[in-house]
Amino acid sequence: MRLRSLKIRKVFDLAIKIIAGVSAGIGIVALFWILISVFRHGFKAINWSFFTSLPTPPGMIGGGLANAIVGTLMITVVATLIGVPVGLMAGTYLSEFGSDSSKLVPAIRFFSNVLMGIPSIIVGVFVYTILVRPTGHFSGYAGAVSLAIIMFPVVARTTEDMLTMVPNSLKEAALALGAPRWKVTLQIVFRAARSGLVTGSLLAVARVSGETAPLLFTALNNPYWVFSLNDPTPNLTVTIFNYAMSPYPDWQQQAWGASLLITIGVLLLFILGRAIVRERRY
Amino acid sequence: MKSNNISKFYKKSDTFFRYITASCGIMILVIMAGIFIELIIASRLSIKKFGFAFVSSSAWNPVTQDFGAASSIYGTLVSAGIAMIIAVPLSLAIALFLAELASPAISRIMGSAIELLAAIPSIIYGMWGLFVFAPVMADYIQPMLQKYLGFIPLFQGSPMGIGMLTSGLILALMIIPFISSVTRDIFNMVPVVIKESAYGMGATTWEVIRHVIIPYGFKGILGACFLGLARAIGETMAITFVIGNDHTISPSLFAAANSIASTLANEFTEASEPMYLSALIELGLILLVMTFVIQMLAELWLWRVSRKGEKGA
Repeated sequence: MRLRSLKIRKVFDLAIKIIAGVSAGIGIVALFWILISVFRHGFKAINWSFFTSLPTPPGMIGGGLANAIVGTLMITVVATLIGVPVGLMAGTYLSEFGSDSSKLVPAIRFFSNVLMGIPSIIVGVFVYTILVRPTGHFSGYAGAVSLAIIMFPVVARTTEDMLTMVPNSLKEAALALGAPRWKVTLQIVFRAARSGLVTGSLLAVARVSGETAPLLFTALNNPYWVFSLNDPTPNLTVTIFNYAMSPYPDWQQQAWGASLLITIGVLLLFILGRAIVRERRY
Repeated sequence: MKSNNISKFYKKSDTFFRYITASCGIMILVIMAGIFIELIIASRLSIKKFGFAFVSSSAWNPVTQDFGAASSIYGTLVSAGIAMIIAVPLSLAIALFLAELASPAISRIMGSAIELLAAIPSIIYGMWGLFVFAPVMADYIQPMLQKYLGFIPLFQGSPMGIGMLTSGLILALMIIPFISSVTRDIFNMVPVVIKESAYGMGATTWEVIRHVIIPYGFKGILGACFLGLARAIGETMAITFVIGNDHTISPSLFAAANSIASTLANEFTEASEPMYLSALIELGLILLVMTFVIQMLAELWLWRVSRKGEKGA
């Protein structure tokens, strides 16, 4: 390598440092630009009736998205109840029985990574073909199932990572006392990895609670109160999509309000998840 | 006698536990295969009618039931391409800043801010893109591009704010946090001893980056870029708002276009004819194959790289 004069090298070095700094600045500016827009527009839409009323036709004042808020919560809770336990079990298999059958475990690990990268809208189409078309109607359950499918590989992989971090000596000590494998796993390994598992699940919930694409053709939307997930279920994200694309300013305002709510919810879950892991480290 | 019974029970319960967890694991494979099988079955009407011409035809007419995927594939690839051209260098610069240049405190704060950017749902990017970013594009950025680069066909046409270029920029913004945080982690894995010996020989920071850190992490960075590309290709909500949903192939980046994902999001619930629905699902199948192949390549690449690393160590 032929070296140029020290001065040129130093100038070049400085230029690169400035470019890198500016790039990082752009990232930060983008974050704040997005957050500030959402907060500024969103707060105008938030008032008491936003949380208590049903949507109104465009032009009528006083409408709210109470049904969509409840619907999003119901869909997310059901999705979590399906996705997290199954994901935990799959992750347990990957970490605890990883050495047993040599071909199956790497295949599952490999395809759960691939599945994580499949676009969420494809999952929506898939659930449409297996649940919506055969039953003949859109339903909140179908929406919950598609969110659960998205969560599943995420929870499985983080569970595996968290469980493999538990020291082997701990497992061996319990096994030596004569405890069966499942008891060791559920009562010793899970307990040792608890905060990591909670974080993994929270991050998975955070990831799906802002998802829109998989709900478009599964849960659909609904302007009324729905308390059974067997019907098309109102939810915030599809409402944002429909309202933002509408030509009515008051609906667009509501969409900003819903965006603010979703953003706050997702970021809180995300920060909470991170905080749990950080606390454990110290 | 009694202890014998207990150990028998333990053995049985262990086998049971193993089967339960294994079946949950196998579910991953079942879902993966199920997605392929269902999409192929549901798009057979369209596959039978259009055959391979589906991929090359740019027709999209629900009235005459004539469908082709070319404009959607074109839009998907071009918008993802714009996103990669912008996101990869920016992400590398951000990762370098976080890993090498910034003080640890600043690096931690900015690092978590950028991770926060990754956590924001894509529909929020879409909202922001449509109501905040598109007007800025129409009023400032597009006229400026036209003024200086207007002789290139890419930058001709009316500056509407929405269209291919805006979609690509928003996609870039969406994948920057992902690529830069993965790349930062890779940079942080470079052994300090190697870096310090380069500094000790009198190298400047840039020379250490160029000749030590980037070669060391190159393979991992390539894998991260592939994963970012797969995301950009499959991203739906962020660009459905701003791409304009027009089924024509235009040489201008200012023109409205469509991507596979945006077409699905816009038209799926409106498709009442079986052939229309089937054509849409075939579009989905094409998207699935594209992301699946990229994802497989990225995973195989990363897997190979990490195995070689283990052998070398």
